[in-house]
Amino acid sequence: MKPAPFAYKKARSLDEAIALLGEHKDARLLAGGQSLIATLNMRLSAPSLLIDINAIRGLDGIAVKGGAVEIGALARHVDVERSDVIAKHAPLIARAMPHIGHAAIRNRGTLGGSIAFADPAAELPACLLALDGEVEAAGPKGKRTVKAADFFKGLFETALGAQDVLTAIRVPAADKHTRVGFAELARRHGDYAIVGLAAAARANGKGLNDVRLAFFGVGATPVRTKKAEAALASGNVDAAVAALDLDPPDDLQATGMAKKHLAGVLLRRVAGQLIGAQQ
Amino acid sequence: MSGHAVDIALTVNGERVSERVEPRQTLVDFLRETLSLTGSHVGCEHGVCGACTVRVDGAIVRGCLMLAVQCDGATVETIEGMSDSGEVADLQAAFEQRNALQCGYCTPGMIAAAQDLLKRAKEDESVPSRDAIREHLSGNYCRCTGYHAIVDAVEAVAQARAGGKR
Repeated sequence: MKPAPFAYKKARSLDEAIALLGEHKDARLLAGGQSLIATLNMRLSAPSLLIDINAIRGLDGIAVKGGAVEIGALARHVDVERSDVIAKHAPLIARAMPHIGHAAIRNRGTLGGSIAFADPAAELPACLLALDGEVEAAGPKGKRTVKAADFFKGLFETALGAQDVLTAIRVPAADKHTRVGFAELARRHGDYAIVGLAAAARANGKGLNDVRLAFFGVGATPVRTKKAEAALASGNVDAAVAALDLDPPDDLQATGMAKKHLAGVLLRRVAGQLIGAQQ
Repeated sequence: MSGHAVDIALTVNGERVSERVEPRQTLVDFLRETLSLTGSHVGCEHGVCGACTVRVDGAIVRGCLMLAVQCDGATVETIEGMSDSGEVADLQAAFEQRNALQCGYCTPGMIAAAQDLLKRAKEDESVPSRDAIREHLSGNYCRCTGYHAIVDAVEAVAQARAGGKR
């Protein structure tokens, strides 16, 4: 199919994008477009105006600032994937990047777009939640930050308001005690996951503290499993798998029961990554 | 025309092009319908199949997931440009030699994606493994060949280029 007609405007500044969002209630922001344009082509969405934010300067930086890694919303997946700063200071994100789409998709897709779209089977929202990161957004009243735990509200639903533009994400910079793990199962490399798991923890001697497990593809948003986190922190992987209180719905890819089984498989793999990195 | 048309100027396969486009026109439809460059194919129209793969400013993209209006000022290269310049002649020959195509619908996208991998490998002075080739081509569907012959062809070219036999 082909998209329904819409108008197109290139915003030159954040203020201009925010003002346009105020004037056109059904406008959509165009960043990388790797999800939005697909939905336009399928006529799953038909906005009257696309506001192209790609020309807004200063939104694509990747830097360590005061103990946090800040990634601008317009940083493209390919730049994050190849960034030395990300490899060194945000190893969970570095590990997740090759799983996001395919090379041609990663050349266009943006980090901010992936977070703002909040696909429940996407990698980056789960990474943000596992890392206890935060989202920075600009709106008519200025900038604000929202913790990842408060950001993902429901299926494709976030804390962003109608006139908000996501400007950056921040995650704590890794140190020598940081442990991360990532695994996903997909039918084809680069496709959305059937089930995936992003995990972070702090090494404490031979054990783990602050285990955070964020599963994706198992519900409307990325889902933390706190009982399994506690079991894993006490060193018992079998108990952690048994404690997985997930109730994934059936979807086109797998039944809920199969997904729950696969979540346990992934938990064992990721536990190995978290613990294996101890030596 | 619905009154939203925008004037764009870009370079396509080395030639300057100025056109008036509807914002809703995707890059691949613009290339095919306005410029009659029909080497880039339209498959799924939602970024899954890779048949529309083209290069924009040196990076491969999905032609169905970019709008023509976004390419104002850009440099676009299609399979026609890559073919005419001789840049992918060895890949084309290897595909033919190893029967790496049957219906040929996916082939322009396959060649563009393979060339992207081989170009980067050359910059890194590395030779991609079969696994790396498979991973890089994972975004391109082929419904005829079963992929083995395609991987064979790309691997043969990767090794030939590394051996300086271009």
